[in-house]
Amino acid sequence: MLTALSGADLAQRLRDTLPDAVLDWNDSAVWVAPDSISAVAGALRDNPELDFQFLNAVSAVDFVAHFELVYHLTSISKRHTAVVRSRVYGREEPTAPSVVGVWRGADFQEREIWDLMGIRFTGHPNMKRIMLWEGFDGHPLRKDFL
Amino acid sequence: MNACVLNPHSILGGNHLFRFIYEGVGQMLPCWMAYVVAGAAIMLILINAVLLGAAIVSWGERRLLGRFQNRVGPNRWGPFGALQPIADLTKLLTKEDIVPYGADRIAFTIVPVLMVASLLVGAAVIPFAKDVALVDLNVGVLFILAVSSLTTIAIFTAGWASNNRYALFGAGRAVAVLLSYEVPVVLSVLGVVLVAGSMSLGDIVVAQAVPFFLVQPLAFFVFVAGMSAELNRTPFDVAEAESEIIAGYHTEYSGIKFALIQAAEFGGALVVSGLIATLFLAGWAGPVADWLGWLWFLIKTFIGIFLFVWIRSTYPRLRLDQIMAVCWKFLMPLSIINLIAVTLEVFFLRDAHGVLTTADLWIMAGINIVIAAVSIAVFGQLIRQQVRNSSQTAPASRLVVSGVSTIEVSQGQG
Amino acid sequence: MTIRTEPMTVNVGPQHPSTHGVFRVRITFDGEDIVEVEPVLGYLHRGTEKLAEERNYVQIVTLTDRLDYTSSMINNQAYCLAVEQLLGIEPPPRAKYLRTLTAELQRIASHLIAVGFFVQELGAFGTPLMYTFRSRERILDLFEMLCGARITVSYMRPGGVFADAPDDFWPALDQFLNDFEGELAELEDLLLNNEILMVRTRGVSPLPPDVAINCSVSGPVLRASGVNWDWRKMAPYDAYDQVDFDVPIGSSGDNYDRFWVRVQEVRQSLRIVRQCIEQIEPGPARLELPLVLRAAPGAEAYGRVEASKGELGFFLVSDGGISPYRCKIRSPSLINLTITEHLLIGWKLADMIVSLGSVDINMGEVDR
Repeated sequence: MLTALSGADLAQRLRDTLPDAVLDWNDSAVWVAPDSISAVAGALRDNPELDFQFLNAVSAVDFVAHFELVYHLTSISKRHTAVVRSRVYGREEPTAPSVVGVWRGADFQEREIWDLMGIRFTGHPNMKRIMLWEGFDGHPLRKDFL
Repeated sequence: MNACVLNPHSILGGNHLFRFIYEGVGQMLPCWMAYVVAGAAIMLILINAVLLGAAIVSWGERRLLGRFQNRVGPNRWGPFGALQPIADLTKLLTKEDIVPYGADRIAFTIVPVLMVASLLVGAAVIPFAKDVALVDLNVGVLFILAVSSLTTIAIFTAGWASNNRYALFGAGRAVAVLLSYEVPVVLSVLGVVLVAGSMSLGDIVVAQAVPFFLVQPLAFFVFVAGMSAELNRTPFDVAEAESEIIAGYHTEYSGIKFALIQAAEFGGALVVSGLIATLFLAGWAGPVADWLGWLWFLIKTFIGIFLFVWIRSTYPRLRLDQIMAVCWKFLMPLSIINLIAVTLEVFFLRDAHGVLTTADLWIMAGINIVIAAVSIAVFGQLIRQQVRNSSQTAPASRLVVSGVSTIEVSQGQG
Repeated sequence: MTIRTEPMTVNVGPQHPSTHGVFRVRITFDGEDIVEVEPVLGYLHRGTEKLAEERNYVQIVTLTDRLDYTSSMINNQAYCLAVEQLLGIEPPPRAKYLRTLTAELQRIASHLIAVGFFVQELGAFGTPLMYTFRSRERILDLFEMLCGARITVSYMRPGGVFADAPDDFWPALDQFLNDFEGELAELEDLLLNNEILMVRTRGVSPLPPDVAINCSVSGPVLRASGVNWDWRKMAPYDAYDQVDFDVPIGSSGDNYDRFWVRVQEVRQSLRIVRQCIEQIEPGPARLELPLVLRAAPGAEAYGRVEASKGELGFFLVSDGGISPYRCKIRSPSLINLTITEHLLIGWKLADMIVSLGSVDINMGEVDR
């Protein structure tokens, strides 16, 4: 059976290795600084206690004031799950570091987020639009796209 | 009248049908014109027979495939859907004749003609009944093998001229397959020629007091396998593997050109089945062969066609390298074994005049069936091991009751 | 002597008989060997996630049908689980069993398509495909009895199922299960030990478990690589904690294993369906809920199921309105495509088609 790691628990463990990364947490998730996403991802995967080898999903939510990236993670060996989130500010060209180097499974999802939500991921090897064609005006999943 | 009597050395002189028409027309026409008219008439008969036969084969194949696959097949137009080929042809004739941009127009157009032509010319030497063939060439076997190789050129031209990469893939594969399979096929036919003592297809039929598929089962096996590769049929249909390269060399063909290519394909099945019937199933021979020879020939031909359809509906396709392996490492040794065995048997069993009696043929059949069984088993095992080794045998999969067992995953980082 | 060759770029798809829809891969070949692969997606993009933001919670069920149209029941289930998690409700037990039962029937139907097309792509001319479709047709007929639709079923609702099964459904289901037992045995007989099939698929395009996990691969593809991971076991939803079944695990993750795992899963699904029939009790099949559902502002839920292609997840965010503020679909087909390069490079053109078929993608789900 699977256990869900609480945000507090996760924040505790993350702060040992990356003291500046954790910004906030609640019962279900922990918020990290956008600049440190890939560092946090590496820590989550390589820490033998956490061992999050499996990235379920990368989602982006447009809260108008900011974008939120949500990473659903699972550890196959430890059998626990966790949610890591990060607020990305700015509407013109918001950027966040890519986690493709840690989990290759994020490849298409990050491209999709760039395509539909307009968050550019730095360090992604192939940051192109995936669903829509190059030159499409705007990012359809944003709340201000009509 | 007398001036018009054929001289016995004329090519078509031995043909009853030709002689009949020629002499009938010769009553009122000048000699040379009677010759032309009779020739044209017999060509018309041949073309119609082969192309109509191809139409029937296409319908029969689709019906049979339907039965093999739990479905009905074409059954709406005509009795049992037998007029379906006409409907198909009408549809294809009314289609626009498209030559793709950048294609070599002349080469592109010549291909369907070339394919149908090689088919028709090949069909000319096959005896349909006793003494009824358009030409009873004394090198009939050689002729038909040579002419059927024209298809290779046509296919490669099609692939090259289409300006399509799938077509190019298909052409490359087709040439590789056809050239390779020519070798075991020719070697297996050589065994037949050795026993019959003639290259004329008519003589080969006469020589089959015991049908040659019993006398040389190995040659029969190699010939059927090789021919199904030459016809681009499963499991050797890489040249037009529709799940991989759309339709291979004829991807770009449409309309009447496509119809001709299809006719050549189904007609090819017909002619090859006729060849199998002639070489291995004793052709028109059977009870009352003088009158019912055509019936026996048709029945045996359709046995061949049924065999091809059956194989097609059963087997998945091999990969190109595996097909080559089957050819050079399996069929090739088998055909050589057959040739050596048959040579030795003929050498020791023939009498002073070099003639084999029926008893001799039965003895050969007995020996060769054993040789065939053993060598197919041995070489089958060898090729199986080789092909399996080339794809690094994996241990058998297992069933795990989840939730009880632990995770077997290494902790590697990707 | 080495022959100098020139690489050739071929666009496989978007119109190609074997790409399972409008999938396109740009492949560079050296002869028949694949040297470079780039998947190009988006030909079936319909903006489902955006559409979901405009519809209320019940209406979205119809959108989920059109994701993976070969397993719409399971899509319904994933979405309804997410909404139930969002609202904090739980469907009645009969609904749970009905959902499990229909989802497993759908899994059988979906795997039958996968297996049939897999062998079709190996070059078997239609025969195995027709055999599998014969059984699939009967499952679709059963769905028609349940909800009047065969493909786009929309059978499940947040809080249960659309309606209880009609009385003549159960004998028909029994009849199907009895017949299918034999049909499946016949299929296994024909395919699993077929010499040509083994030669073509054994050891071809193996996927090591660490690569599979790193690429977030899920479902039969992940299990074929030897990873024992099935959400029905790990986080049981609906009635999966009440039924007993095994999880087939492959060993090398080659094409044969992926194929084998699917065939075995069909057998396990059959077991689950039989247990559901035994255990199901009479009762309501749907919660009484208001016509228009509203979740608490700020509520979030990630509902996931083990769909036929892999982990299907719905990430819903609510702002208190009648429709979700954000509905992210974690589609297994899209993410399973991450391994395309790993699977294809170095193999031949003929293997490419088979490897893509063994991943079993569905473009409705990839492009959404």
